Amino acid sequence: MKIASDFRALEPSDTTQVAVRFNDAPLKLTKGENLAAQLLAAGVLQFRKTAVSGKPRSPYCMMGACFECLVFVNGTARQACMTEVTEGMEIVMHTVGNGDDA
Amino acid sequence: MMRDFDLVVIGAGPAGISGAITAANEGLSVLLLDEQPRAGGQIYRNVERTNQSRSEILGSDYTKGLGLVQSLNRADIEHIHGANVWQIENQNTVYYSVNGTASVCRAKCILLATGAIERPMPVPGWTLPGVMTAGAAQILLKQSGIVCENAVIAGSGPLLYLVAAQMVRAGTPPLALLETQTKTDFLASMRYVTGALRGASYLVKGLSLLAEIRKARVPRYVGVTDIAIDGHDKVEGISFNDGRKKHTIPCGTALLHHGVVPNTQAARSVGVKHQWNDQQHCFVPEVDLWGHTASDGIYVAGDGAGIGGANVAALTGELAALDIARTLGALSESERDKKAAPITQKRNRELAARPFIDRAYPPYANALAPEDSTIICRCEEVTAGDIRQYAKLGCIGPNQTKAFGRSGMGPCQGRYCGLAVTEILAAENQISPDQTGYYRIRPPIKPVTLGELVGLELTEEKESAE
Repeated sequence: MKIASDFRALEPSDTTQVAVRFNDAPLKLTKGENLAAQLLAAGVLQFRKTAVSGKPRSPYCMMGACFECLVFVNGTARQACMTEVTEGMEIVMHTVGNGDDA
Repeated sequence: MMRDFDLVVIGAGPAGISGAITAANEGLSVLLLDEQPRAGGQIYRNVERTNQSRSEILGSDYTKGLGLVQSLNRADIEHIHGANVWQIENQNTVYYSVNGTASVCRAKCILLATGAIERPMPVPGWTLPGVMTAGAAQILLKQSGIVCENAVIAGSGPLLYLVAAQMVRAGTPPLALLETQTKTDFLASMRYVTGALRGASYLVKGLSLLAEIRKARVPRYVGVTDIAIDGHDKVEGISFNDGRKKHTIPCGTALLHHGVVPNTQAARSVGVKHQWNDQQHCFVPEVDLWGHTASDGIYVAGDGAGIGGANVAALTGELAALDIARTLGALSESERDKKAAPITQKRNRELAARPFIDRAYPPYANALAPEDSTIICRCEEVTAGDIRQYAKLGCIGPNQTKAFGRSGMGPCQGRYCGLAVTEILAAENQISPDQTGYYRIRPPIKPVTLGELVGLELTEEKESAE
């Protein structure tokens, strides 16, 4: 799956691409790289839906402060911008009611 | 196992690194905890792994951080990266988690070097996917070599020009630069120009960035008001008024920035008092010349103690470490003063341009007093109008707004609404920000799982059983 994205990698990746899944769709991301950045470049722009109105959100600060990039990684809520890509990650959009800490 | 250190430093940006190195040079045992995978803070983020093309785009103010970061590679400083500090207790006990495992350590002194966050910029539509801070776009470039195409930059401050120039160098110039500072701001800043000339290198850099942006023919609008981001499920455009008429620019990304403010979360969680600073338009912790707070053994250095930039941060980290060494008996008072004198001098020179910059690039007025329908608390979706309504109902302080409507109670723990809530309440109630106060910050200051807590208890039990 490759969606048009406004976020583009300057250089071709010189490290390994690994398979992960985002909301059940297969994605190839660069291993060891920042998960939020990799998802943005792969065309993902909805990381979580708010608890109050269900509106979509995407990374805002990229430095671990705003929590807008929350996703479930293998069932646990994580800040994507504070997480590195590993092979086989099961990533799911963070919404209230779909994970361990809902 | 509870480990003991003379000094635990929290944050591995310029202040934390310099503090750790200076303390280790005086023979103190140092633990440096940092939540990022590599040292450098946001300013020198990922500098150890950058490559030639990224370095050229980011410039020498970034790459010069490499030396500082590399100087950490020494046996007498323990640097734990990926460490989320979630609680500081009794002024000497630090709880943190690494990869889902919690640990605890004890320190004679703690140096908080938690840096700055970008001042929240609540404008209509700022919660739409595709809106991020200008700093976030820069982090994408530093961390991952990723650029934003199809972006408009809006706000004020030197970082705006730096990010725009870096985007130009990367071959993806912003579609436009919307600047909120006015001619009046510029004229008012002239009062401080003498000081600024003492810190002339900052001005020269600013002018050369502007020249790059002009050369790339990036459209610039100055004195912009009424910024609003349009779109349904994502950014589709940005509209604004340039004093003559309303404009709309279609875009996919909106990068907002109007200055940085101290990240006070850790300091507040241990009860450090904060004071409103009119010049910087934010709260800063109350510290002495060494960064020492009123709490024994707790120091704050770097932008977290008041915005001064990376060079000042490194110097204040050194000063704090020298006083910590004196407190712990590694230096006499006169030895400390002798070592500190040239550092203080340098710091003052670096700070000389600050009043000019602060006055020339004030925060965007419409984002300090947003219209009623604008969301203030992104997590709980509380609007400026909601906060004003709470004030009318008798709410005088930010902590009370939590009971009225949950503002500040979401996952970010008020980091991106706290200042706005204080300012809106202060304006409505016609009292000062100091009288209005700020959220009470309680641990855990970063999320910690039940599993991590349970794991920690087991370790302690095992220890006491031995």
